[in-house]
Amino acid sequence: MASMTDLKKRRESIQSTGQITKAMKLVSTVKLQKARQRAENSKPYFDFMYQTMASILTESEGIMHPYIDGNGADKKAVIAITSNRGLAGGYNANVVRMIQNSEELPKEHTVIYPIGRKGKELLTRRGYAQATDFSDVINAPMYADAYIITEMLLREYDAGNIGEIYLAYTRFVNTVVQEPRLIKLLPLTAEDHIGKGKKYESPMNYEMDEQEAISLLVPKYISSLLYGAFNEAVASENGARMQAMDNATSNAEEMIEDLALEYNRARQGSITQELTEIIAGANAIS
Amino acid sequence: MADENKMHLKVIAPERIFFEGDVDMIEFRTTEGFRGVYPGHVAETCIVAPGEFKIHINGEEKVAALHSGFLEIQPGEVSVLAEVIEWPEEIDIQRAERAKQRAERQIARYGSSMNLMRAELALQRSLLRLRMSNKDDK
Repeated sequence: MASMTDLKKRRESIQSTGQITKAMKLVSTVKLQKARQRAENSKPYFDFMYQTMASILTESEGIMHPYIDGNGADKKAVIAITSNRGLAGGYNANVVRMIQNSEELPKEHTVIYPIGRKGKELLTRRGYAQATDFSDVINAPMYADAYIITEMLLREYDAGNIGEIYLAYTRFVNTVVQEPRLIKLLPLTAEDHIGKGKKYESPMNYEMDEQEAISLLVPKYISSLLYGAFNEAVASENGARMQAMDNATSNAEEMIEDLALEYNRARQGSITQELTEIIAGANAIS
Repeated sequence: MADENKMHLKVIAPERIFFEGDVDMIEFRTTEGFRGVYPGHVAETCIVAPGEFKIHINGEEKVAALHSGFLEIQPGEVSVLAEVIEWPEEIDIQRAERAKQRAERQIARYGSSMNLMRAELALQRSLLRLRMSNKDDK
């Protein structure tokens, strides 16, 4: 049996760990609420954007444009959104596993645009090629960041360096459920959009021709998708961390209980032993 | 709609709903030129070019700096999806001033290409910001 001082030390160290995890849980709860609020604020913009895009694609069915037909390049770009900090349970590993398991993304044709250091480390270790790192963005995502990243990726796409663009992030379902998701940003899949636009009372006219409309609207559309994904990913990260820290705290409490029992037993044992020694000593003298 | 001479205007920015209400008329700049829209306009979609966005309500005029986005016009309703839009009081003059100088220097340095286009856009943005915040002071 471990000695009393050892048990005491262990109990104290677990207690302080428990305090830290408890504090971290509270911090992520607050951050989660903020992130959810931000995700909700960005929703009207995104919904409107999606519907407009859907109506244009529906109306201009059969139109030829590189953003719809693809450009023939075989490199695939993946924007992988993970977190910069660990201790969030399976949050980062899930995104990485999803990229690894997807059939559309063979390792030799995939290049990762990491947002989030943890995912970047995991993917580098697994041998994926990396491009520009935007990890700082996820600390405080802004629309301007989404815009800059989109602009850069579209330049690569227009130049024919990449042929497909994917987005890997974690969708926030609710506080306890977050699911990793992989969506294809470009080329646009018509089936995802056609028939899902709004119904206009009167036919819509475009100031410019459809070709130009698509060239101008697609960057805005992708930026808004990215911005929405940032906000959801931050909410998911904090949700995952909140859960992980909650588990850690209750595990610590359980261990403390066990150790307290063991400590009391050890204390009782040493008292009994001392008593036996005293009595034996007294018997020897008399 | 209650009033025939008004249309419903909704300006949505990525982070917030920027403006929502019934208005008499709006003015803005698109990629094709300056435009004004009254209630009952034919359905149309246009892309914004950096410029002033004027909202007329009951004889009053509200102005905002609209940098990029697009408009969807319908007879009784106009929706603006604004990527970047600000009220004059939200503009940081010093930052705009610095951005203007930076853009001018870049234009002087690069004679052509992508960089020039970007610098010109940046210059347009900063000029618009400065122009609008000065107007506000008077």
